[in-house]
Amino acid sequence: MITYPFTYRRPASLAEAEAALKASPDAKLIAGGQTLIATMKQRLASPSILIDIARLGELRFIRREGDALIIGAGARHSDVATSQDVMKAVPALAELAETIGDPAVRHMGTLGGSLANNDPAADYPAAVLGLAATVTTTKRAIAADDFFQGMFQTALEEDEIVKEVAFPVPEKAAYAKFKNPASRYALAGVFVAKTGSGVRVAVTGAGPGVFRIPEMEAALAKSFSPDAVANIAVDADSLNSDIHASAEYRAHLVTVMAGRAVKAALERA
Amino acid sequence: MPTVNLTVNGKAVAADVEERTLLVYLLREHLQLTGTHIGCDTSQCGACVVHVDGHAVKSCSVFAVQLEGSSVVTIEGLAVDGKLHPVQEAFRDNHGLQCGFCTPGMIMTAVDMIRRKPQLDRETIRHELEGNICRCTGYHNIVSAIEDASKRMAGGAA
Repeated sequence: MITYPFTYRRPASLAEAEAALKASPDAKLIAGGQTLIATMKQRLASPSILIDIARLGELRFIRREGDALIIGAGARHSDVATSQDVMKAVPALAELAETIGDPAVRHMGTLGGSLANNDPAADYPAAVLGLAATVTTTKRAIAADDFFQGMFQTALEEDEIVKEVAFPVPEKAAYAKFKNPASRYALAGVFVAKTGSGVRVAVTGAGPGVFRIPEMEAALAKSFSPDAVANIAVDADSLNSDIHASAEYRAHLVTVMAGRAVKAALERA
Repeated sequence: MPTVNLTVNGKAVAADVEERTLLVYLLREHLQLTGTHIGCDTSQCGACVVHVDGHAVKSCSVFAVQLEGSSVVTIEGLAVDGKLHPVQEAFRDNHGLQCGFCTPGMIMTAVDMIRRKPQLDRETIRHELEGNICRCTGYHNIVSAIEDASKRMAGGAA
């Protein structure tokens, strides 16, 4: 399959990339390209200019800063899955990255690309929302609660580029994902995190976009155990229904995955 | 039309290609390296897996221009002086293929897998193969071949 023609640019710095993006309203950024290229091949996207930021070293890093883990937008999923810093600070995040796509996809796909795309079944949004991470862009810092705005929608402006994400290091966290057995996308994925400021539960794959479950968060704040969420159901009316799973099935999975995530978080040493 | 400079199987290559040329088309149609296959063309099947700067990637899902200056290794580049790579040997010895269509991608994935995870058990191999589809073998002999290859390479047979 062949995409529509486009012009290709590879700026030498983030500042140049930002200027190029501002100058061309029809341009798109490309990093790993593992979603964009497939979309372009299906001719569902046809940007006239591609601005390649995959090789900007200033975006590809992982470092621990006090109580936070800072990951550059250009970090590959394989970087995150194998980073000693991530495994020590937020092992749930390394495990989540290891479940994205397949090994070849993980060598290319990036954290920033996943967040900017905000696929309703993407894994990273669950971690970003579940950990109350902060997304820093070329313009500002955006709290996770404000960043995700429903299916493929984010707070990002047209000429705004994700630079890095700061993940608070939790006391306990885990991600439980029920994969579609063919695509490995999440039919329901639940990220549970316990931090000094409380408990958060974020769900991907089940609804039109990543969302939190306040009732589970309150129950887990009182008692951080799988039993605390076992009888809390989400309303199927707001969930996705497709050939892979009905909304009712997804609702059931959310409760089961939440329990498994809590159990996994507790079992971690 | 931009010129893309790559090293492919150890040789310098300069190819004039359209920006929209995917790596797999550069390999197959410009360089006649047809060992890399196009199966699904949608990043599911892994028949097109090659190594870019030492890492397995799906060549149907990257534009050649993105890889300016990179080093690419395809299935044609694995054997050295007519001697098969240990993973190729193990696929032959374990009957790790039937029709052979998926085999180049399976082998390139296996080489990358063994590099990243020298200690491989069968469950891990199956998990690591989730981006490679075989419609003939049921995977059993492919898993055996990769397990065998990882042992041979750990034993210094490589």
